[in-house]
Amino acid sequence: MKNYRVDLHIHTVLSPCASLHMSPDVIIQRALEQKLDIIGIADHNSTKQCEVISEMGKEVGLTVLCGAEINTKEEVHCLTFFGNMDKLKEFQRYLDVHLPVVKNKPDLFGDQVWVDKENNILGEEQRLLIVGLDVSIDEVSEKVAELEGLFIPAHVDKPSNSIISQLGFLPDYLTVSGVELSANVNIGEFESKHPWIKDSTKLVNSDAHMPEQIGSSYTVMQLQEPTFDEVKMALKNETGRHVIRLSIKGESFDSWIIKS
Amino acid sequence: MKVCDLVDKLDLKVFCGQQGINRLVDGAYVSDLLSDVMGNVDENNVWITLQTHKNIVAIASLKEVAAIILVKGHEPEQAALEQSNTEGIPILGTKLETFEIAGRLYALLNES
Repeated sequence: MKNYRVDLHIHTVLSPCASLHMSPDVIIQRALEQKLDIIGIADHNSTKQCEVISEMGKEVGLTVLCGAEINTKEEVHCLTFFGNMDKLKEFQRYLDVHLPVVKNKPDLFGDQVWVDKENNILGEEQRLLIVGLDVSIDEVSEKVAELEGLFIPAHVDKPSNSIISQLGFLPDYLTVSGVELSANVNIGEFESKHPWIKDSTKLVNSDAHMPEQIGSSYTVMQLQEPTFDEVKMALKNETGRHVIRLSIKGESFDSWIIKS
Repeated sequence: MKVCDLVDKLDLKVFCGQQGINRLVDGAYVSDLLSDVMGNVDENNVWITLQTHKNIVAIASLKEVAAIILVKGHEPEQAALEQSNTEGIPILGTKLETFEIAGRLYALLNES
């Protein structure tokens, strides 16, 4: 077993709100500089930039988990990741069906393009990606479970677009792989206010929209090897795989302290 | 005023939670952020929202809300409906938008 640095919340050029500098090559280079072992590509409501980055990651020994940061009907943001390209593509078809047709205005919201390895534009998403899907958080979580993916409510402590802001609390019947805390969290204060979080595996990621943010906060996991399946096991605390600590803007929090 | 009076006077649909139809109403609160509702709604208020998730019933129960009104033709999700029947907190519906139903409810509560 070895410790791996994991940052599962990185936006790319495809997200309207992310910088156009967030191209595949820049993301990979910055991830390596930050000594990350596993990154997650999570654009708003789209998986279309994942495959290129995943292939480029393979060439340099960086594991890239492929998924999206979905926005549910209640406007709760959740990270989703999938174990292979077939499942990712099926989830993309699901997103295409459930993303309402609101045309993007790039001047207002930003560009929504995806690119190849050399940064040539492969396509542009016409529909605004930041709107809420027409399905509830329960329905999306069921779809993700059917595809054996990871389902992680994002930045749960944030005052907007979080499960807490929109729905008050995490309903006990909703199966999640873990919960993501934002980099601005005050863990002690948050846990005393929302004790339900003690039963969930906690992660911290960068939520990077600009290259310099990649790896600014990350999670350390103990794994056999850096793969999707191993991350899944770590989130479930199975057979020795687990979250060791959270690194939040340079400050380290051991997971035993967080669990207490 | 009681929940059943609002149903009559505002032409509301009763989806579920029928057993709470005689609860007393002494005010209302409008919000779609459940974290905000949790902090600010008062007991015996009617809560106007477009959220349809099961969590609305949990929060209504916690805060002793008299009834929930869903706007714009929204319907409660199945899990919310079942929970409403268990808790006895009526979920009501209107085709009107929030602005309009809130205005009518305000006028109604002020004249009583």
